[in-house]
Amino acid sequence: MNLLDSIWLIPLFPLLGAVVMLLVGKRLDPQAPSQVALAPGVANLPVEDPAHGHGAAPKHGHGHANQGGFGKALISLFCPGMVLLSFLLSAGAVWQLAGRPEKVHEVIKYTWLAGLPFATSSGAAARFAADWGFLLDPLSGVMILVVTGVGFVIHVYSIGYMAHDGGYYRFFGYLNLFIFFMLMLVLANNFALLFVGWEGVGLCSYLLIGFYFHKKSAGDAGNKAFIVNRIGDSSFILGMLLVFATFGTARFLEINQMAASGRFATETAGFGIMTIIALLLFGGATGKSAQIPLYVWLPDAMEGPTPVSALIHAATMVTAGVYMVARSAAIYQLAPNASMIVAVIGCLTAIVAASIALVQNDIKRVLAYSTVSQLGYMFVAAGVGAYWVAIFHLYTHAFFKALLFLGSGSVIHALGGEQDMRHMGGLKARIPITHWTMFIGSLAIAGIPGFAGFFSKDEILWQAYSSPLGSQLLFWMGLVTAGMTAFYMWRMMHMTFYGESRVAPERAAHIHESPPVMTVPLMVLALGSVFAGWIGVPKLWSAFPESFRAFEHWLGPMFAAESAHAGAEHAHSASTEWLLMLLSVATALAGIALARYMYHWNRKAPDAVAASLPGMHRTLANLWYVDKFYGWLFVDGLAKGGGEAMGQFDNTVVDGGVNGTGWLTRLTSSLSIWWDTWIVDGAVRLTGFLVKVLSYPARLLQTGSVQAYALIFVLGVVLLFAYYLSY
Amino acid sequence: MQAIPPTYYLMVSLGLVLIGTIGLLTRRNIVIILMSIELILNAVNINLVAFSNAAGNERGQVFAIFVITVAVAEAAVGLGILIALFRNKETVLADEVELLKW
Repeated sequence: MNLLDSIWLIPLFPLLGAVVMLLVGKRLDPQAPSQVALAPGVANLPVEDPAHGHGAAPKHGHGHANQGGFGKALISLFCPGMVLLSFLLSAGAVWQLAGRPEKVHEVIKYTWLAGLPFATSSGAAARFAADWGFLLDPLSGVMILVVTGVGFVIHVYSIGYMAHDGGYYRFFGYLNLFIFFMLMLVLANNFALLFVGWEGVGLCSYLLIGFYFHKKSAGDAGNKAFIVNRIGDSSFILGMLLVFATFGTARFLEINQMAASGRFATETAGFGIMTIIALLLFGGATGKSAQIPLYVWLPDAMEGPTPVSALIHAATMVTAGVYMVARSAAIYQLAPNASMIVAVIGCLTAIVAASIALVQNDIKRVLAYSTVSQLGYMFVAAGVGAYWVAIFHLYTHAFFKALLFLGSGSVIHALGGEQDMRHMGGLKARIPITHWTMFIGSLAIAGIPGFAGFFSKDEILWQAYSSPLGSQLLFWMGLVTAGMTAFYMWRMMHMTFYGESRVAPERAAHIHESPPVMTVPLMVLALGSVFAGWIGVPKLWSAFPESFRAFEHWLGPMFAAESAHAGAEHAHSASTEWLLMLLSVATALAGIALARYMYHWNRKAPDAVAASLPGMHRTLANLWYVDKFYGWLFVDGLAKGGGEAMGQFDNTVVDGGVNGTGWLTRLTSSLSIWWDTWIVDGAVRLTGFLVKVLSYPARLLQTGSVQAYALIFVLGVVLLFAYYLSY
Repeated sequence: MQAIPPTYYLMVSLGLVLIGTIGLLTRRNIVIILMSIELILNAVNINLVAFSNAAGNERGQVFAIFVITVAVAEAAVGLGILIALFRNKETVLADEVELLKW
């Protein structure tokens, strides 16, 4: 069976799931509407602290049996099942692709945009056309496996996590819809279709962030995500149209071919068309992938249910920007300046987000900023031309970040909705599976050798250092970020799992490990976090055979033309690479040790540090004032001030115009009245007056007296007689 | 037998016309006015009959009968109006009925 020609089916399974859920799901889960209507406090524990309360937390102590009955069980089977089918089909298709010499397969189903003719900027005739076409190559192969694989695991987890929440069918419908759009995004064979998926995942993100729509903060967060993403998307649209105008097509294969053909010069200086395209596309990526300056929506997106945070806002959707940049690698290759900007922005984002994560107290927000930071790493890799490394980190990150989020969800679940780490602690013994899996995830993200994150992060740092597009500065900033990553992860682990318990007493009695439907996904992802990296072992570890470097062999050839630094790695000696690797491991260990010291041995240290660096601490606690600045500039300044200015404009100019028109109308109408009264009416009345005056003598004849008439009559007869007789 | 010449008839009818006209113009009572009109009409009838006799054919007499018929109708209508008037205005005097003027 040739699965490669069936790749267009892959997105259709989740679409089917979504359509069924959103059309008939309500009937399957009849208790849903009343539950949705409940206030979050009602659905949760009575001790719910409104400041930290989280509607996501399932009711505690009600057991974990599927209470919804048959319909709910059907949903629980159907929706994850659809994703599983997608995953199996994806795996089969990728397997068949791997067996082929030509690792590109394109399936074009239908013409979508029939195409208006136009001339490209170079004068060639082209059509504004796009197809429902699907492209499977090593890059999209990795992506669909990550999306459907991690997506399936998170679907399974959600069965347990969302079991007691209202809107069960809605949640799964949205999740399936998201998977559908994400698969459209990564399987699209042209920019226009990619954009459909791009917008679709944004929509699902909005819907799921605002899943607890009765909570104002959730609705606001959804709006924020949607609006901030629109800014990026507008940039993406411009970039896409510029691609059309320049290349005359939106098909990736044709674009890559043309870009590699040498028809377009590499723009080493200044802002040529390629640089502008690359920057505009990257502008879209900063929105979707939460980079400076548009990263502010991602931490707020944690208002959504935790599985959503894991799936959309950590593992898959936010990596769409990285994927898109890698997909446009041929364009970035022609614009080294733009690539440099990508790397610098990624690096800055990584370090800024990591620094904010240092002082966050909300367990999900630590992970959210960590995600922003890790996405920054991916852009560093993409910016220095190491696209396969960016995708490699995307792939490993999907495992351990999904694991960490689901683990945090399990912690929140255990504590009945508590998200503030200051009210946690000492949970290790109470929820051991969650602890151990999160421990593995933390090791992986911190970059401890042997775990997934180590391989990808080390490769990024090495590429940042050694690539011709890289620089020592990028490396050192990445290294600092790695240290901070290790620190904040262990800070989180200590505040959550170790030390004495600071859990509110009324919650403490209810702490319990999550049901297997939630812990098994954790374990699966933990396995991934351990072993996923072993297909990207550094070249340096020459003891390992080449099969341990399968990832590079799989993706590398795709970007062979783009790997400008192909020979560069030889320019640096192996000892340098060993040194840098040791340095990064040492930094990670130092971060862990520091966190252990500050949050285990010397518990006064954190406050002491905060007190000795008050400005720094305040800046970090206030998120570098970026959110406040945006609030001041855009919300209060531009939106509110602009609103006031527009109000003024309305009052003076628009209303003035209206009032002026009114005044003018009144003036002309009063002139008109004068004319009517004196000229038109005057003429009419004059006529009447004249008739009245002139008719006066005639009227005298009409006396009303019959005899007077008779007299006149007789006189008339006499006159006539006289007249006739006189002849 | 010597026929009476038409001139005599004419003299009589002239007298009747004058009496009728003067009655029409000077008397206020509408009943009298109607009677005056009858006088005028009968003067005409005398004329018609006289000329018919003089001319030797009957056309004039036929006309006279027409006039009598019309006069009867006129008197009936006129008296009807008069009764209606009297019911409304309680008067039979022409100079007290001068509503139809400007």
